[in-house]
Order: sequence, then structure tokens, then C-alpha cells
Amino acid sequence: MEKQVEKRADGQAYAIELKNITKRFGSVTANDGVCLSVRRGEILSILGENGSGKTTLMNMLSGIYYPDEGEIYVDGREVKISSPKDAFALGIGMIHQHFKLVDVLTAAENIILGLPGSEILDMETVNGKITELAGRYGFELDPRQKIYEMSVSQKQTVEIIKVLYRGANMLILDEPTAVLTPQETEKLFAVLRNMRKDGHSIIIITHKLQEVLSLSDRVAVLRKGRYIGTVDTARATESSLTEMMVGKKLSLDIDRPQPVAVKKRLAVNELTCTNDEEVVTLDHVSFTANGGEILGIAGVAGSGQKELLEAIAGLQPLTDGHVTYYPPEGGEENLTEKTPAQIRQLGVRLSFVPEDRLGMGLVGSMDMTDNMMLRGYDSTPGFFTNRRPPRELAEHIVDELEVVTPGVSTPVSLLSGGNVQKVLVGREISSEPTVLMVAYPVRGLDINSSYTIYHLLNEQKQKGVAVICVGEDLDVLLELCDRILVLCQGSVSGIVDARSTTKEEVGLLMTKTGKEAEA
Amino acid sequence: MTKEPFIHISRREDMTFARAVAIRLIGVLCSLVVCALVIFVITKLNPIEVYRAIFDGAVGTARRTWVTVRDSLILLCVAIGLTPAFRMRFWNIGAEGQILVGGCVTAAVMIYFGDALPGPLLLLVMVVASLAAGLIWGLIPAFFKANWNTNETLFTLMMNYVAMQIVTFCIVFWENPAGSNTVGIINSKSKVGWLPELFGLTYGWILVIVLLLTVGMFFYLRVSKQGYEIAVVGESENTARYVGISVRKVIMRTMAISGAICGLAGFILVSGSSHTISTSTAGGRGFTAIIVAWLSKFNTFTMILVSFFLVFMEKGALQIASQFKLNENASDVITGIILFFILGSEFFVRYQLKFRKKAVAQEVSK
Repeated sequence: MEKQVEKRADGQAYAIELKNITKRFGSVTANDGVCLSVRRGEILSILGENGSGKTTLMNMLSGIYYPDEGEIYVDGREVKISSPKDAFALGIGMIHQHFKLVDVLTAAENIILGLPGSEILDMETVNGKITELAGRYGFELDPRQKIYEMSVSQKQTVEIIKVLYRGANMLILDEPTAVLTPQETEKLFAVLRNMRKDGHSIIIITHKLQEVLSLSDRVAVLRKGRYIGTVDTARATESSLTEMMVGKKLSLDIDRPQPVAVKKRLAVNELTCTNDEEVVTLDHVSFTANGGEILGIAGVAGSGQKELLEAIAGLQPLTDGHVTYYPPEGGEENLTEKTPAQIRQLGVRLSFVPEDRLGMGLVGSMDMTDNMMLRGYDSTPGFFTNRRPPRELAEHIVDELEVVTPGVSTPVSLLSGGNVQKVLVGREISSEPTVLMVAYPVRGLDINSSYTIYHLLNEQKQKGVAVICVGEDLDVLLELCDRILVLCQGSVSGIVDARSTTKEEVGLLMTKTGKEAEA
Repeated sequence: MTKEPFIHISRREDMTFARAVAIRLIGVLCSLVVCALVIFVITKLNPIEVYRAIFDGAVGTARRTWVTVRDSLILLCVAIGLTPAFRMRFWNIGAEGQILVGGCVTAAVMIYFGDALPGPLLLLVMVVASLAAGLIWGLIPAFFKANWNTNETLFTLMMNYVAMQIVTFCIVFWENPAGSNTVGIINSKSKVGWLPELFGLTYGWILVIVLLLTVGMFFYLRVSKQGYEIAVVGESENTARYVGISVRKVIMRTMAISGAICGLAGFILVSGSSHTISTSTAGGRGFTAIIVAWLSKFNTFTMILVSFFLVFMEKGALQIASQFKLNENASDVITGIILFFILGSEFFVRYQLKFRKKAVAQEVSK
């Protein structure tokens, strides 16, 4: 017995239609009665804050999860998708946030990996087919290139073609622009528009409003696992979408108080680092960070941001260069080649919110109290730990930053991304730093939490702290920072005044090495 | 068209202590039933009789009970020694060697200084020597791990064989009687260097030492700064480096403690139990203790129960082997089945199975 589906006005069924999809994980409802539809030749954006259930929903389309309730229709027929194989058979392909490619194989080899075929592999035919496919939509791809030689955007191209090669005509892209420069994003969007023309259905998950407005035909909005509604992009604005997403009107402007009492705090001179594979990760980086100022660090992912912050914090061996600290009381301290413990013994209050929150900043399996104790557990006398001050600090942070947690003794890995970040930032700020380094402070955070963090950074800046903030969203960096340092392949390609520069200028610097910029 | 998944596995959120205990008890009961079936099918013996024999072998007489308790305590001691290393995710499978070197130096002190030193001082020297020997044996792989990131699993394992060779070598000098290729009972007449009675109990000292270690290690790991550092290094070396913990120092310090306690187990074996030394003095305890530590989830108090259970089954095995002329391995089969169910019940403590009603309905309608 086939269920009858509502037909659209023109009598044609939707390419994909989800009806009342519900998915629970234990006591958490990730999706609650979500309805969604996408037509042929249409780009649908799914908009929602982190933790609103976007990825969970799409994982049910691609066969990774199975819905607890609800139905999925493809071309008007009810279907059951219980594995990625089923999804492919229906023509649904998903491009995940984290690429699943084999580094040592070529693009073509990755694309045909796992596909049935004849006993003898004719790579020439495969390469030809791939080149033809890439040309049709305007991708640039050399099928013979090895994955490890590719940039992030090239790898993404391989992932997309891999899906197309398998005959998918419904594509799901999970936050595809998070790792791209503005220029690369434009290129990707051009390709997606070509696919739309070709009759493909495209679902793109994102939380960047500008992208939604410039690319998609319709927008579906989720909030806390619930389906809020679908609107035509033509009739939406940034503020109307935000309101749907957050549930209330929000001012989207970020404060930027004028810096006061700017004072040199940290000087980095010709800093050079190489990694285990002898690749230069930082190439003669020089800059100063001033107290009372926010210095933004921009760059394509993997341009040396992580290494730079870790080198300053004493976690990366240097091959060359110096780091000098100028205390507010005057004088100077040489931090070059010092371990974190030695830096602390010098009385330098350097706080660091690393990119890898649960792998470096916190211990996921420990509770908030034990994580607070990471800083300063050894400053109390005696052989045993004193858990009272850290517990009080944890309770204070829960109150102050509105951390959502069952209690301070819940392992932090069970908290949501935003709350994990609040715990980490809260701890780092509590030590009253003079230098505060933060890497991607709002990654994975909802709008409200993001603004809380911006506010905290501004507060620190006004206290005279030298704030160094590595970011990925240029719009935010341009609104929040006083100066922006742009990294490209480990070297500084420019330091610009955030008040007078443009997104285009920074975007160009992101793809230019220091030497080219000078020429 | 593919079918809906029939079974869903999901994490339990609402597990209470009482329910967890109940699940584990059901697991043990199931295992006994399965064991009974297996025994009956294979041997045609009355399972109840076999169970009774196991019980009899382990705790049937006061003497047997005390031997079971003594061996449980020694196993417990080794497990406690391994615990800090495992908490640090340092896979120390070299307890066997650490016990042997500890036992070996204990024997050496008994043989060479037995007449020279007064009793209590001799015992003290033996304790210190065994601690030091185990410490060094644990520290060597830790040093290489800390400085050159060598694989500790292979390293500690190989150290076991080195320890065995050292013992073999020493036996050449300590042979008694000559030509027997064994050391025999050391100081069998004078009983110098033997652990004396305490509170009128033959194994009183062992009881006190091991129980002190049990309590001490529990608090060392839970509330001391060093225990905290061990936990941080074990969970994430990156975090440890980030907050300025010297990973190198923690690895070496922890393995020194781990090795020293295993070395002390060697002292207890030689001075308090066997009064001799051979390559089989450790007798696989270094490996069995790994199971004890993991089964107890590193809770030293739980280890008391687990090590008692394992030794209980081992003693029972000897009994059914002789009483029913069964192979000793028969008891291994029983132990294996019981362990399987105990471990299996952990799955049900953490997860629940949901059968899909719809899927069931579909199956039926076909």
C-alpha cells in the first residue's frame, strides 16, 4: 500500500519531502516533527544555530541515522533510508564538513573508491569522465593530483565530484563555506548555481546569513530541533531570518569601543617554526600586540594560526625568532623558548583559549570543577588538592555566563559546544590576564553566546588586556578588532586597520604570501 | 526496499546504583546457569556437585581459605601497582618482571644478609630493596617513553624476559641443594627474613600492607595533586602540556610508583608466601592483575572483590581437577563464561536495546 502524497500545484511531486521527522538521542530531542521539502532545480538553505538539529536532519537523509518517527518521500514515493548505500541508490549524496578522502591517492582514485566496476581498471576513461563532469559545472580539477597536494577547497571539489560521479542528483552540503576564503566561496556558489540549472536539488546547511540570501531560492529555519518555517529568499532579510532563527529581534552590530591607553604588551620578532615533517609552518612572523586593543588574526584555515598562538604560549619549539613581553609595570621579559610553567613563574599572566577546546583547553571526561583546577591546582600548599576554590569558580562561571549544565560535576564533554566554550573562556579570563589569546572563540556557538563572547573580549580590552583573536568569519573580525593581521602560508601578508579596510582587501591578502604582497 | 533497523541501541540515562547491581547479579546468575549446562553436556557430571567442589577447594577448610585470601591479597597488590600506570594510559604489561626483580633482590638480601642483620632491620632492608628494584624496572621503560616516545607495551613486555634471565642466572649461585637447579626454601630452619605473624595471623602482615596500599592508592588517585596530574596526562597529553604539567616527569614518577609496588609484591611473595625464588615466582600474576585493574575500573576497593573471585576460581579449579579427574582447563572454561557474562552485563548497564515495534509488526504480517 503506497501512501498518497500531496502534489504540488503543478502536479509534480517534490524531489525530497520530509514529514514530521523526529529523532531523539536519549533524553535529547534533536529533531521534533520537522517538515521540509525541496524541488528539482532548487537550492534550499537550512538555517539554524548550532545544536538546532540541521546536521542530524540531513544525516537521516543520507542514511547515517534513522528517524524515530516520520516519513521521507523521494519523488513522491515513501522510502526507507537505513544506510548511506540506500541514499545513493535514491540519488542523494552528502558532502560532510570533515572530508573523507585518502591522502595518498589521486582525486580520481578517491572518486571511484568503493564503486563496482570491471576487473581491469581503465584510469584513462575514468579521468576523462571526471574531467567532463567537472567541466560541465565549472569545477577546476586535475583528476591525477594527489589529495595531500591539494588545498582545502580542492579537496571539497573532489568530495562534490565524488558524489556526482555516483549519479547523485540531490546534494546535501554541510557548512561548505566554513573552510573557504571569500573568493573560493564565490566560485563554489557559481558551481552550485550551474548544478541548479541542470535540474539538481541542492540542500546547503549554513549559519551565515549573507550566503543564504545570495545563493538559495528558499530557506528553511530550525530552532532547537523544531521546524520554524520555510520562506522564499526573495522576501527575506537578514534581520527577518535572524528573528526566525533566534526567536526574538536582535541587534546584529558588534560593539567596538575606542581603544584607550594603548601600550605595547607583546612583541613577536621573526618567529619561525617547522613541524615534524620539516615543513615551515611559521615564516619570520613579526608583529606587536598592544594592551587595550584587539588584534585580529585572519587567514585561510591552516595558515599557521594554531602554530603562532602555541609558539607564543610556549607549546611549539621555535627554529628562529623572539617573543618579548612588556609587563604593565614596565621592564621586559624574554619569553622565547620558555615552557608554559616557566612563563607562569615569570609572573606573566598569559591566558590562552586554544582551538581544540576538549583536546587541549579542557579535559572532556572531567567535570567543571576539575577543569577549573587545571589552572592553579599546584599553587595551593600541600600534597592534596583543594577542590573548594575551583568548585566556587565553576559555580561562579555557571551563574555569570549562563552555562547550561546539570551541575558543576557533569563531565564537560556532555555540554554543548557553546557551553564548553563559556567554561573555557570563563576560566581563562578568571585569572585576570594581561595577554589573552583566543582561537576561533565563537566557532560552533549560537548567536546569543557569540555576543556574550564578543562582549567578554571587549571587556578585557577595556581593562587594558592585549587581546589576540584568531577568527574565521571576516565580517566579525572587521567589526570587532582594532587591527587585523593576515596570515598566508605561515607568513604575514599584511597588517591592516580594521576600521578602514574592506573584506575584499583582507580576502586578497589571505591568498597572497608576504613576498608577493611586497612585490 | 530495505527494512527498518530491527534493534536500536541507545545509551541509558537513568541508571541507578541499585539497578546496575541488579543487572550485574542477573548476569552472574545467567552465567551459572550456562556453566551448569556446559558442565552437564560435556562431562555428564552434576553441576551442583562441581560447584560445590569449587567452593570446597577455595574455602573448604580454614587453611584453604587463608591460602585463597593470601593469594588474593598478592594479586590485589599487583593490581594496585598497575593502576596508576593504567590511569595514565601507560600500558604497563611488565608487572611480571617487576615482581620478579623485587622477589629476586628480596631473596638476595635473605641469603647474603640473613645472618648479619637483626630481624626487623633485615625485613626493612628487604622491603626497601624490593621497592627499589621494582622502581628501577618500571623506570627504565618510562625513561625511554618520556624521552623518545618508545612503545611502552613492547618495552615492558621485553623487560619481563630480562627479569626472568636474571633470576635464572641468580639461581646458579643460590642453588640449594647443589645440582637441583632450584633455590629451595631459603633459611628454612632459622626462618630469618620470613614475614612473621601479626595479631596471631600467619598472613597478618600481608593483610595490613595490602589493605594500606588499597586505601592509600584510592586517595592518591582521587585527591592528591599527583593523582590529578596522572589523570590529566592520561586523558590528554596536549592539555597537560597546555597547563604546564611536565608530561615527562609525570610519566617517570608514575611508573616509578607502579614498578615499586609491583616490586613489593615480589617481596611479599618471597618473604611472606613461597620463601623461595624461581622464574615462575610471579606466576602470571602480572597479567592477571591487568584484568583485575580493568574489571574494577581502577577502583581499588572493587579490586578486592575481583581479585578474590579470580583466585577463588583458580583454587576451585585445582579441586575439581583432582576430585573429578577433570582437566584444570575445565575451570578456565567456567571462569571464562562467568567473566563473559559479567563484562556483558556492563553493556546492559550502559545501553538499552529497543526493539522496533513497527518492524515486529511487519515481520508478523508476513
